[in-house]
Amino acid sequence: MTDLASEGVTPAPAAGAQRPQAVSVDHLPPDPAGTQKSPAEPVARRRVRKLGPGRRLPASRLIGPLLVLAVWAIASATGQLDPGAIPAPWTVVRTGARLWTDGTLSTDVTTSLRRAAVGFTIGLTAGVVLALAAGLSRTGDAVIDGTVQLNRAIPTLGLIPLFILWLGIGETFKYAIIAIVVYVPIYLNLHSALSGIDKRFVELAEVVGLSRLQFVREVVIPGALPGFFVGLRLGVTGSWLSLVVLEQINATSGLGYMMFQAQNYGQTDVIIVGLLIYGIFGLVSDSGVRLIERRVLSWRRTLAN
Amino acid sequence: MATHTGQLTPPAIRISGLTRSFGARTVLDGIDLDIPAGQFVALLGHSGSGKSTLLRAIAGLDHEVTGNGELRTPERVSVVFQDSRLLPWRRVLDNVVLGRRGKDARERGLSALAEVGLAGREESWPNQLSGGEAQRAALARSLVWDPELLLADEPFGALDALTRIKMHTLLRELWERHRPSVLLVTHDVDEAIVLADRVLVLEDGRVGLDLAIDVPHPRSYRDPLLSRYGERLLTALGVNDSPQDETRQGTAI
Repeated sequence: MTDLASEGVTPAPAAGAQRPQAVSVDHLPPDPAGTQKSPAEPVARRRVRKLGPGRRLPASRLIGPLLVLAVWAIASATGQLDPGAIPAPWTVVRTGARLWTDGTLSTDVTTSLRRAAVGFTIGLTAGVVLALAAGLSRTGDAVIDGTVQLNRAIPTLGLIPLFILWLGIGETFKYAIIAIVVYVPIYLNLHSALSGIDKRFVELAEVVGLSRLQFVREVVIPGALPGFFVGLRLGVTGSWLSLVVLEQINATSGLGYMMFQAQNYGQTDVIIVGLLIYGIFGLVSDSGVRLIERRVLSWRRTLAN
Repeated sequence: MATHTGQLTPPAIRISGLTRSFGARTVLDGIDLDIPAGQFVALLGHSGSGKSTLLRAIAGLDHEVTGNGELRTPERVSVVFQDSRLLPWRRVLDNVVLGRRGKDARERGLSALAEVGLAGREESWPNQLSGGEAQRAALARSLVWDPELLLADEPFGALDALTRIKMHTLLRELWERHRPSVLLVTHDVDEAIVLADRVLVLEDGRVGLDLAIDVPHPRSYRDPLLSRYGERLLTALGVNDSPQDETRQGTAI
């Protein structure tokens, strides 16, 4: 290595720097056996700080939650936690099992799931239809977009009193509120994705003579899908959020109601059971959306994979 | 499609009195231009001289072009852009056959991919291709239409020098096999004189120089005859400071 390094114009900056500097074409040595070194010799190379996050740890998503659980269990077992404020994990599990076997929990869970599902479906449909109408036609844009922007400026949960007067305190009103909370982010993201389609792709579609329908199907919709999924995930989160609020203030059934009742009787274990189930709902639905997203958008290579 | 006579067959492109302004600025000022069927033409000009504007007008992409003359183009026109413009969500073959209907679309696509040297890559995603490969796919996409006229807007401008030379060879081969009329917009004088049989220089909204390159193919980049054409073009473009050597180094304007 010294031969090459000493031939360089400047002194080699770091020990082990192996790069020949300023070797002119005439001085290139004949190189019959391929490149410089045999593979057995370790190659001295310049050290470069690695800036990427590196390889993902196995099951890395679970490590944090498991740690929290462990701390919780140890603190409960050693008597560091007031069981009235935060009951031990095993108490929570036992309570959950009891509520499930006596049938109340399963009824509440089904009720809550139905509310979220119906509200979400309506919101999703409305968001997609409105965004398509506004994103694909100028008339639609003129009529719809301003209205939705106005709607968006009003916090949806603030509409609860009005909606109770209009729709009564039954299920319809809950579906309506959840649907509004869901449709807004779906509309906004899909609409901006639709109107953000690259002009160059429009030109391409003109050149190869796509019809309007083909253009929408082959270019606009697939191009807007990444934006749509952002909205979809926000919508899913929104549906759970609004569900919690609705069930805790204006319901006679459902998980939120169960937790609200438990508050009156000081049953922290029941409240925690409810929270855990909400958490599982959120986690499962978000993972589901992410899974679909990964399938549908498999053409994208991002930092994540 | 072996006609190459020029005089007898009607021109593939006939342009007269084509004008295009952007606000107060007139970019194309009554252009007159005939291109015979099967001719390989390169269009040179400074940036902002209206090369791309002219190409877009011929391609029909410019919906606001005016003029009192005529703009006649053949039925089947393909365009290759500077970026490959592959839809990232469609696999390579699906990109190549975009808009092509009928049962033979797939076969046409496969044979076009084979012609540009991308056989076996039909199931790749565009973002798995290198810059040169993506541009090959774009060429394949234009071939699928069996074009009578191929419009290319600086198609190799974003490629590295080595890849560009390979693409020159490929484009010329494709032209020899299919004989479409070609209008190649470029800012690279060497590229123009190595590839084209006729070079136009766009100047002040008109064709300032119309130069036939009478050198047989295949041409070498180092042919001294070519560098004389190069000098001439550089002078026409107003950038020929040093009389010798400049043209050999892939001078970009």
